[in-house]
Amino acid sequence: MQAKAHETSPKTYVKVLLTLMMLTVTTVLAASFDFGSANVVIALVIATIKASLVAMFFMHLLHDKPINSIILVSGLVFLSIFLMLTLLDADTRPDIQPAASSVAAPASPTPK
Amino acid sequence: MSDQVVAAGHEPYLQHHFAKPEQQADASKIGMWLFLVTEILLFGGLFVGFALMQSRHPLAFLEAHKQLDKTLGFINTLVLLTSSFTMVMAVHSVRHDRRRQAIAFLALTLVFAGAFLGVKYIEYAHKFHEGLLPGRFYSHPGDTVPGQFMFFSFYFMMTGLHGFHIIAGMVLIAWLIRRTARGDFSAQYYTPVDLVGLYWHLVDMIWIYLFPLLYLIR
Repeated sequence: MQAKAHETSPKTYVKVLLTLMMLTVTTVLAASFDFGSANVVIALVIATIKASLVAMFFMHLLHDKPINSIILVSGLVFLSIFLMLTLLDADTRPDIQPAASSVAAPASPTPK
Repeated sequence: MSDQVVAAGHEPYLQHHFAKPEQQADASKIGMWLFLVTEILLFGGLFVGFALMQSRHPLAFLEAHKQLDKTLGFINTLVLLTSSFTMVMAVHSVRHDRRRQAIAFLALTLVFAGAFLGVKYIEYAHKFHEGLLPGRFYSHPGDTVPGQFMFFSFYFMMTGLHGFHIIAGMVLIAWLIRRTARGDFSAQYYTPVDLVGLYWHLVDMIWIYLFPLLYLIR
């Protein structure tokens, strides 16, 4: 088909696979050290590099029509809005209490 | 060559409402990417829930994740990455009219997918045995932090949903093998192989995030 002009060669696919495997080893090794709260950041950065490699080479986004990348990225933008606003909401409220202790709320409608 | 075949209906695979085969292929691909985005958002809900609950109960999640076998998770990650490679090679082969090679790569992908589920079965069986079950079925003795059951609710929902996607992918790959063997695909038309490939890579991508989040909590 028309995409033949920019074709990824099997050699590139092998290199991408090896890189992905190396990054998997890296993420396991990184998790065995204590970087404090940076651990989860490191894990997510490595995962995102891996996911980008899969998207660009295995899913051919690198040489594909830009519309497909736009669709993917806009989906990810909405996912991050979903994540950030949810966490923001949760972090700016008092801790979620079990049902029993929340009865003491001032505006509790007590039937009289 | 495809430029000369403008008249619709000359190619058996070209549907009449498309002007050219490449327009048809592009449209299919856009549709697939839209579907993949809905898949990302489907899993996204679980990821957001996981992030929320983990940030509320970090100790429970940390303790609970120690019940997972990192080595098996690691092996499964490699298996799935390799299956993505064999899938992309199948697409490459069919694009070059190498039908036998394409079938071989598709079959390999199927084998790796089966291996992934096999490892998953070992993991699940072990957890069922230990009483590490989701929600109210949780009955693991000797927990030191309350709320560890929550981790396993997420674990089973996320890996379970992912597992169903693997099974669906296997059905699709089997269907591709049949159609490739029948001679449906060629360098001119291989859209189904291409699109199932995209789906399979997305399932791989989701696992790329699941593995560190579930198995490598620190």
